[in-house]
Amino acid sequence: MIEFVKGFLVIAGATFMLLAALGILRLPDLLTRMHATTKAAALGVILLMLAVALHFLQVAVVARAFAIIVFVLMTAPVAAHVIGRAGYFVGSKLWDGTVKDELRPNYDPLTHELKSGLETEANARRDIKPSPQESDEE
Amino acid sequence: MDTVILISQVLMGLALVLAFVRVVRGPSLPDRVVALELFASTVVGMVGVYAIKMDVSSFLDAAIVIALMGFLTAIGFARFLERGGPRDD
Repeated sequence: MIEFVKGFLVIAGATFMLLAALGILRLPDLLTRMHATTKAAALGVILLMLAVALHFLQVAVVARAFAIIVFVLMTAPVAAHVIGRAGYFVGSKLWDGTVKDELRPNYDPLTHELKSGLETEANARRDIKPSPQESDEE
Repeated sequence: MDTVILISQVLMGLALVLAFVRVVRGPSLPDRVVALELFASTVVGMVGVYAIKMDVSSFLDAAIVIALMGFLTAIGFARFLERGGPRDD
């Protein structure tokens, strides 16, 4: 029984790795490629480490396998976020069929300034003419 | 079990080849960084499968180190891109 579950986990994990690689090869732009690799590769590593834990069934090995799982679960989203952010700043092209890019109207790539789209007139003019309360604090 | 491990190793080797094609072809540097990160994850999985095959649990330490290195390289490349270092895509 354990043998069967182990084999299933190994094959499933390897298949998810292959799917991630297929995604990175076939998808059209940076963000969709990241969407394929981050999730599928993390799931593949998790399944393979579960198989390792089932194979050895010792406390030390199971603890290490779960440490790898927790590490991958914590770092994969952070790395994906950081690379996606850097890719957008660098100006990597989006796919032609992209429906919505909510950042484009509010983000100025030259000044790195991001607007919320809800600024009032007073806030927009603040750095030109400081308001009386700020001058009081000084 | 040996057959299962052989099949999974073939699948992951194929995954490495496909990711390498993206590293070579990738139009810009972020694409290559994403592909290299996929390399790190796949190698972690391969090390795990190899630990099962050889019945040696010490290989997991290598897997931990490889995962850590993959994360740090991703962070480093992203910092490099955002700071606007010299690029030659």
